[in-house]
Amino acid sequence: MIPQELLYAKSHEWLKVEGENGTIGITHFAQEQLGDLTFIELPSVGDVLEAGDEFGSIESVKAASEVYMPVACEVTEVNESLEDAPEKANDDPYGEGWLIKVKITGPTDDLLDAAAYQAVTEEDAH
Amino acid sequence: MKTVFKKSVPGREGVWPEKPKSKIEDFIPADMLRESSGMPSLSELDVVRHFTKLSMKNFGVDSNFYPLGSCTMKYNPKFTEQVAALPGFARLHPVISQLKGAGRHCQGALEVVFETERMLSELCGMADFTMHPMAGAHGELTGVMLIAAYHRDKGNKKTKIICPDSAHGTNPASAAIAGYDVVSVESHDGIITPEALAEVLDDEVAAVMMTCPNTLGLFETHLPEIVKMIHEKDALLYYDGANMNAIMGKMRVGDAGFDVVHLNLHKTLATPHGGGGPGSGPVGVCEKLTPFLPISRVKKLEDGQYYLDYDAPKSIGYVAPFYGNFGVYLKAYAYMLRLGREGLTRATENAVLSANYMRKRLEDDYEIPYNRICMHEFVASAVKQAKNGVRALDVAKALLDKGHHAPTIYFPQIVKECMMFEPTETESKETLDQFLDDMIEIARLSDSDPDFIKNAPTTLSVSRLDETKAARDMVITDDIE
Repeated sequence: MIPQELLYAKSHEWLKVEGENGTIGITHFAQEQLGDLTFIELPSVGDVLEAGDEFGSIESVKAASEVYMPVACEVTEVNESLEDAPEKANDDPYGEGWLIKVKITGPTDDLLDAAAYQAVTEEDAH
Repeated sequence: MKTVFKKSVPGREGVWPEKPKSKIEDFIPADMLRESSGMPSLSELDVVRHFTKLSMKNFGVDSNFYPLGSCTMKYNPKFTEQVAALPGFARLHPVISQLKGAGRHCQGALEVVFETERMLSELCGMADFTMHPMAGAHGELTGVMLIAAYHRDKGNKKTKIICPDSAHGTNPASAAIAGYDVVSVESHDGIITPEALAEVLDDEVAAVMMTCPNTLGLFETHLPEIVKMIHEKDALLYYDGANMNAIMGKMRVGDAGFDVVHLNLHKTLATPHGGGGPGSGPVGVCEKLTPFLPISRVKKLEDGQYYLDYDAPKSIGYVAPFYGNFGVYLKAYAYMLRLGREGLTRATENAVLSANYMRKRLEDDYEIPYNRICMHEFVASAVKQAKNGVRALDVAKALLDKGHHAPTIYFPQIVKECMMFEPTETESKETLDQFLDDMIEIARLSDSDPDFIKNAPTTLSVSRLDETKAARDMVITDDIE
């Protein structure tokens, strides 16, 4: 369930890099831990954020959690369809459930590859 | 069930001991009369049946075991209700004490305020207390405002408040509402370490808000070193009294070095709980914070007379109308008098004993992530059951079928499939054993017949509710057919 081509943050966000453009979402593991999502709050287009910054919050039937920027970037697009259908991030976290698109402005060296992230989820599951 | 308004039949009314002789029109000018009060028209029997049926739908500690962790749903003895209903208290108008020369008509009530503050100060080892805050979170806000007033008075520039991840959920909210930036500190093996605190503790920190024991039911064993570190930065240490049930009569938070404390009387000292109030969240302070306490203060003259004192130039001012929820803390006063020093200490001992008894009996069937001596509550996890698809939510629902209230689930968030149990001191061993037998049976069924647990509850008036749909498609209505 962990796509090989993406980069990952320990806080369970994924980043898809296409040149200087990126797409960010939460991982399958994250949505599974959170349970059914009920509300997703996202930043505004044009927001400039540093790696590690909080960029939104996700509420599920269990809890409210923050999501953190995997990389320094400027927000270019947000997935507005999540407002009415937050369940997309449950059903298809790597596809239709993406959260934001960004212009990447910082390094991605600290992010994990699929194998390293797999290890994080195994650790976290205990 | 129809609402009392839907049951209304025009013209129907209850029994009048005597019909009023005058008409309302004789007293109220015609242009100020309302055509309808909006009140339902019902017979006395309609009303009795309506509210009796409503009460039967309710699930409370008066009818069932209620081990909702972090909430301290203990049984409140009924004599406190009798005390609060005494006409001398119940019919006293709060403004009496403020009228010139009328203080002598409410000396008893003023004495209750004064003495309750003294008793709580003794219980917590603080210099003084204010009874004004109307609930726990109001107490937190008042406490943080006192901290801000102290730093402002000293000319300190402090912008941050540290809240551990194991602290009570309202702490960061209270600090933020008071205008502080909230900094989180991670717990290690369930508690705060001096090393983790050192990473975030700097000169800009105004206070650290701690819950001890914390929400995992664990005592903060590094407390002495943590207190020293915080005071060296001229920061203050705040004690969230949510878990006071675990230390009453055993440790005084003032002696331990805490500067501000709020208590939840509805948790610890037997006042009504839930339903949004009326609550009471008195705040205690150390000596150097007393000038900032809210006004008014009840003071005692040499001749034994009590009066309201407003002469406090450094006070943060009013935080509540009058003196807080007097009728509520009157019950706490009665409870403390009845139990005394020994009784309150025994309440704590029994609360801690009950929690540890439950923890030990559950440890073979459920994962206990911090399986060591706990205080008045403990955290278990449904991770073993989750392998069969049975999650904490399902265990909680299955408990409803057995006639128990569910534990707190998915909090604190640092434990996966978390279930938090707090039995309190008021439950008998028979009640605990019945609950534990049922918990163990649910664990076994989770192995042999997981679908049965996943479909619980099956014996209640409604089956499994769709909590996701309820949160996603909110429909607010007064129609509760």
